[in-house]
Amino acid sequence: MPQTFEYTFDTPVYKGKTSFSTGLYINGQWVDGSKGTTIDVINPTNGQLVTKISEGTKEDVDLAVVAAQKTFDTVWGLNTPGTRRAELLNNLGNLMQAHFDELAALEALDNGKTFGWAQDVDVTDSIATIKYYAGWADKIQGKTIETTAGKLVYTRHEPIGVVGQIIPWNFPLMMMAWKIGPALATGNCIILKPSEFTPLTAIRMSHLIQEAGFPPGVVNIIPGYGTTVGAAISEHPHIDKVAFTGSTLVGRKIMEAAARTNLKNVTLELGGKSPNIIFDDADIDQAVRFTSHGIFWNHGQACCAGSRIYVHAKVYDEFLTKFTDKAKSLKVGDPFGLDTYQGPQVSQIQFDRIMSYIDSGRQQGATLHLGGERHGSEGYFIKPTIFTDTKPDMRIVQEEIFGPVGVVIRFEDDDDVINQANDTMYGLAAAVFSKNIDRALQVAHKLKAGTAWVNCINQLHPQVPFGGFKQSGIGRELGEYALENYTAVKAVHVNFSLSVK
Amino acid sequence: MASPVEISVAATGKKLTVPTGLFINNEFVPSVDSQEKIHCVNPATEETLCSVVADPTEPRTATFVGSRALNSVRMRAEWAGSELARRAAILARRSGSAKDIDVAVAAARKAFATTWGKNVTGLERSRLLNKLADLMERDAQQLAELESLNNGKPVKIARDFDIGDSVACLRYYAGFADKIVGQTIEVDNKTKVAFTRHDPIGVCGQIIPWNYPIQMWAWKVAPALACGCTIVMKPSEFTPLTALKLSELIVEAGFPPGVVNTIPSLGSVGGAALSSHMDVDKVAFTGSTVTGRKIMEAAAKSNIKKVSLELGGKSPQLIFESADLEEASKWAALGILYNTGQDCTAGSRVYVQESVYDAFLEKLVEKANALTIGHGFDEKSGGGPVVSKVQYDKIWSYIESGKQEGAKCILGGEKRSGKGYFVDPTIFTDVKPDMKIVKDEIFGPVLSVGRFKTEEEGIKLANDTSYGLGAGLHSNDASQCMRVSQALEAGTVWVNQYNLLYNNVPFGGKKQSGIGRELGSYALEEYTSVKAIHWNYGEKLDWPL
Repeated sequence: MPQTFEYTFDTPVYKGKTSFSTGLYINGQWVDGSKGTTIDVINPTNGQLVTKISEGTKEDVDLAVVAAQKTFDTVWGLNTPGTRRAELLNNLGNLMQAHFDELAALEALDNGKTFGWAQDVDVTDSIATIKYYAGWADKIQGKTIETTAGKLVYTRHEPIGVVGQIIPWNFPLMMMAWKIGPALATGNCIILKPSEFTPLTAIRMSHLIQEAGFPPGVVNIIPGYGTTVGAAISEHPHIDKVAFTGSTLVGRKIMEAAARTNLKNVTLELGGKSPNIIFDDADIDQAVRFTSHGIFWNHGQACCAGSRIYVHAKVYDEFLTKFTDKAKSLKVGDPFGLDTYQGPQVSQIQFDRIMSYIDSGRQQGATLHLGGERHGSEGYFIKPTIFTDTKPDMRIVQEEIFGPVGVVIRFEDDDDVINQANDTMYGLAAAVFSKNIDRALQVAHKLKAGTAWVNCINQLHPQVPFGGFKQSGIGRELGEYALENYTAVKAVHVNFSLSVK
Repeated sequence: MASPVEISVAATGKKLTVPTGLFINNEFVPSVDSQEKIHCVNPATEETLCSVVADPTEPRTATFVGSRALNSVRMRAEWAGSELARRAAILARRSGSAKDIDVAVAAARKAFATTWGKNVTGLERSRLLNKLADLMERDAQQLAELESLNNGKPVKIARDFDIGDSVACLRYYAGFADKIVGQTIEVDNKTKVAFTRHDPIGVCGQIIPWNYPIQMWAWKVAPALACGCTIVMKPSEFTPLTALKLSELIVEAGFPPGVVNTIPSLGSVGGAALSSHMDVDKVAFTGSTVTGRKIMEAAAKSNIKKVSLELGGKSPQLIFESADLEEASKWAALGILYNTGQDCTAGSRVYVQESVYDAFLEKLVEKANALTIGHGFDEKSGGGPVVSKVQYDKIWSYIESGKQEGAKCILGGEKRSGKGYFVDPTIFTDVKPDMKIVKDEIFGPVLSVGRFKTEEEGIKLANDTSYGLGAGLHSNDASQCMRVSQALEAGTVWVNQYNLLYNNVPFGGKKQSGIGRELGSYALEEYTSVKAIHWNYGEKLDWPL
């Protein structure tokens, strides 16, 4: 029998209880993993054990795929009209709203982000995303296409089938919503693997999914490790599609596995080293605030984090002074504290990784301008960190750190900064700050990125597509675009007057 | 505030409360200046169903008790010779005037400029529309009873079809509210970009008919609100009650004041005022072609407001020899008898291929006979009375003309005795193309059946009309289905079925059956105006040229 997780939140910002089974969710049931093993869920604020959850395995993935396929063939997929799928998704959105604070608190406990940010962004946007895709469920359309007078040709946008979804630990609930919203709206069945570091909200969601009325087998949730459950999903011969959000390293493995096995469709939303360009004619105070949000929000654990900050020489000193003040003012501490901006990094591994990047920056000769050290004596806290005097080939300029570490780079020439900004294998996002809209648009259009923000950064809306150029990914999530990830187009040719001679 | 009136329904033992007056800025108010009265009549009994005061000085409630007649909604006139009778004479509904339309338009304009339109996110519009749908679903039974009392249609049909589909329609457009998208258009990648915004049109006049009072309300309101428009709604003077009831739900759902306004009024008064109003940006109308033409003229003469029209029809159904005659006869019966023929897509001309003419006709008569037309609260009723005395007289004059012009009446054609505007299923054969019953829209359960030899002849007969709303064909030959469906001149063609509509499939007319399309994503175009924005960020203009 899977354990029941019971927890009482008694914090300055939230008091409440939660209690739910921590089993794998397969075919509408909460079950132990096939090996009977568990995964420790650690509180990143203090490194202490929060609970143990059932660990999924390849065998569990196999079981879930069989259940999902049966459900797809009998009661889901083309057997359920869009209006019903919409109703179920709206039910789920309403249930999330009813458990709003509980979900935000779980996210803060498990991930380390602040309760306030979890409320304002993670849970709010997750609900909006689920409801947005509820609206698409009865609007799946193909086309009729003129060919010759004697034929009718039309397309059907059919659900792909059983899809695998592998989501990361930085926005556990929101990435789940981004994945399941369009997949369910279009009628697919899902095998979802949350990160082993942050499985709690996904598990909690399994209960809400059940309560919303989704038939058993439509959504299956299998917490586990990437090397076992993730690999099993990517290699599974009967999973027709895999969607992944995470590192470029792992994304490449998933795509290779898909290529090796059944050529399953792949969408990848991967890493970034996104440039943030501040021109001399920018509103500097606004640029400072956005830049701070761009790199320090979610503790830098955002794939679109604006981690390379290019500042025009004319305003470099002013910007750096103000940006430094802003970074110093950010309160690091307990995610459930009253005015905390930044909580701990998600895990010991992540903490160590970031600290090693900070060491490398120092060793390669960059100036550690601010931070660069642990905050407090326990947990995985890292002070907001700024490097200056970098060179383009330094690791801290080239590689994704995924932590509160920004590099500030001086530039003088527009063309030069565009070249520098594009000098990366990534292409997820970019930002431009300038009050001269001609200049801002010219630069925004030349940046090789899937998202370009003008005079803002890190803004997302469920209606607006998001995804990467270059090695930041394949496909687009959110918006109408995401529907393409979960539908297979069938062209039907009907001959009603041509005869073969 | 104008006060509500309470109606006791004998068939259910419950009371229905109907708001009175005009609905402007989320309040029920009296007319500014009108003394016009609208009497709401129960078409099953010909008795005044209720009369409502719009003047605050009058008594606040009037209760009418229905009779206990089994299976009926007979609203017995308990007021005869009583105090209530004296009041009833006074308490007739006062029709909204042109000045009331001015007040409502001003309210809608203000809301558009401040609390609605571009001032509210699509997500919020979506939330409110979903909430409205939930409330309509909650009140489905009550609304269905009121619809049945006022319109005559069976309660179960009002509840399961009219209202069921209306709830789904609201939810469908709730889903579109946060998906209004324009395009970006490549102009010159080095220097320019262009993009479009699909802005809400603004204040919309919506004039709806009496055959589907709730459903036409939903078809109109849902896309308009999804796009961010504000509304001045004029329900039919014959069936204003459910639109007023729905106005209460607008308040309960939380729409800001002025977003939806409801002015029960005569077409010649409120409808004319809306159509010619200089501050109404768009008028959407469902009703007769005669009135549609007037509305379009008024729009042209005033401020060139955008017009969408969903008008009449004389829709054909072709029955080919390969058809499954049993199924085809059921669809043909549904086509002409659903809603007692008061349907703009009523399949009122059926043409049958000669080789199967007799066999089909026999089945059709059998199917038509099987339908019970009766009182709306009677579970056995598949159809109710026609809506009004005017309509009843019009239909009977067509039946008489059919007989006089030499068509053969093989079913119906006999008036019932007793009260109520009942017309039984009526079928004419031996019709000629120039007969009035073949050319005109009757809007009653009166079918003309003709015959044809070849596919070509069938298509020619089917298209020989000024209308082009619906058309049906029944055939088991796939190639024939394709050929004929393409050849039929109509906005909707049903193949081996008839009269079924879906909220995500567009609906509207060719030829003189209308302009524009309702339902589906197409309806969004009716409530948005496209703005193209040209943006230069790099081109320097050489001057002088």
